[in-house]
Amino acid sequence: MKVGVLALQGDFDAHRRRLQELGASATLVRKPAQLDEVEALVIPGGESSTLLWHLEQHGFFHRLAEFVRARPTFGTCAGAILLASEVANPPQKSLGAMNISVERNAYGRQINSFIGGVHWTRGGDPLEAVFIRAPRITSVGEGVEVLASEGSHPVLVQQGHLMAATFHPELSADKRVHAAFLELIGP
Amino acid sequence: MSESNGANGTGGLRLKTGLAEMLKGGVIMDVMSPAQAQVAEQAGAAAVMALERVPAIIRSEGGVARMANPKMIREIMSTVAIPVMAKCRIGHFAEAQILQALGVDYIDESEVLTPADEAHHVDKHAFHIPFVCGARNLGEALRRISEGAAMIRTKGEAGTGDVVHAVKHLRAIVQEMKILTVLKEEELYARAKELQAPYELVRMVARIGKLPVPNFSAGGIATPADAALVMQLGAEAVFVGSGIFMKDGVTALDLDRAEERACAEARARAIVRATTHYDDPAVLLEVSEQVPSAMKGLAVAALEEKAMLQTRGW
Repeated sequence: MKVGVLALQGDFDAHRRRLQELGASATLVRKPAQLDEVEALVIPGGESSTLLWHLEQHGFFHRLAEFVRARPTFGTCAGAILLASEVANPPQKSLGAMNISVERNAYGRQINSFIGGVHWTRGGDPLEAVFIRAPRITSVGEGVEVLASEGSHPVLVQQGHLMAATFHPELSADKRVHAAFLELIGP
Repeated sequence: MSESNGANGTGGLRLKTGLAEMLKGGVIMDVMSPAQAQVAEQAGAAAVMALERVPAIIRSEGGVARMANPKMIREIMSTVAIPVMAKCRIGHFAEAQILQALGVDYIDESEVLTPADEAHHVDKHAFHIPFVCGARNLGEALRRISEGAAMIRTKGEAGTGDVVHAVKHLRAIVQEMKILTVLKEEELYARAKELQAPYELVRMVARIGKLPVPNFSAGGIATPADAALVMQLGAEAVFVGSGIFMKDGVTALDLDRAEERACAEARARAIVRATTHYDDPAVLLEVSEQVPSAMKGLAVAALEEKAMLQTRGW
């Protein structure tokens, strides 16, 4: 099982390390053709406008949109913004793969970044969630399961083969979220 | 349960370095106006550094270079959605307090501005906002980290468009770190003394083979090839100062003139792409062809020692 990590910009290395710690074979993806070599994908945190800019080059956006329709994909922070069907603050293009609306920088600037414990529906200890200039999922539509919330806002969601988190499980010592994604991919 | 963005403690440091993690593989561009900030964001910049004068202008005009006018920084913050950084003078904790009150995303305690203290840097642990500091060697980098810096940028010679010292200092730091990884335990104590850096940090670098915070490159990067060079040498992201919006060492490109605007946009886009695809010569060739002209530049070898900005910081 080969998992790709989109490495156009952002904390792709933290994701790669985490996937490797969990025994997965992780590889960095910088070109559209490299998507053919992986069975699942992580879209990391970073600046969503920067990721989008890179994706606009050489038809990458279209190729990625096809990939996420068919293959397990996990987006964190900027990655969640890309997977959404609607983006606000400011409005921007997205892959429209998940039935969620997202607001960028919804908690404020870096000074408002925080680490919190969030309850997740699978039970156990609260997940340690690192929020950095985080977006907020403002609404979820049909088919979307909320796996964890911060206050009244969903922060970890799943829709079929797709997962999105507004926080950074790759920056926490807690490995359960990535483990859940690997479980979703299957053996 | 929840850890706020504490000034001290591991939660605080993880949030501070966390934002730097998000900037990896990206380009942080110096901007002097909301219009430039917009061009930077649209060209794929991961963040902008709001300045009143870029290093090239500071160099040519002289005088005391201080923190930018907060009003201008605020305008830039409201113009773009990407992180906005701003510079304070070395040791000028009051400027840093003002920038924190303004709510910038990162503070650069920078040698590009005129130092305010000849012996002390800002105690960066005392702030909620993360700091980036420049370094020319491993000792300097570790001293800044012990003071609370959450990101290091290896210093080149800012405002010259000459990459030679960015290369020199990046190589120096990478090599000094490699040496630490093969030293014996008792040798690390002696090395810490030589580096004038805390033993605990020296030992940490010896163990992990890299800095405990992200290491970016800055100073003199003017072309896509320059960005690719420092990335291949081990930088995790690049700062581009005068190289995007300056025509030469004195005048900025006029964004109201179509041709000059196109030049700035082309340079910005090319450097962004080169930073991501730094190890792919085919992409580097493609983007290099798209740049009409680079900043004229100033050879560092022709500069006198006292005209150098990089020697500031202690």
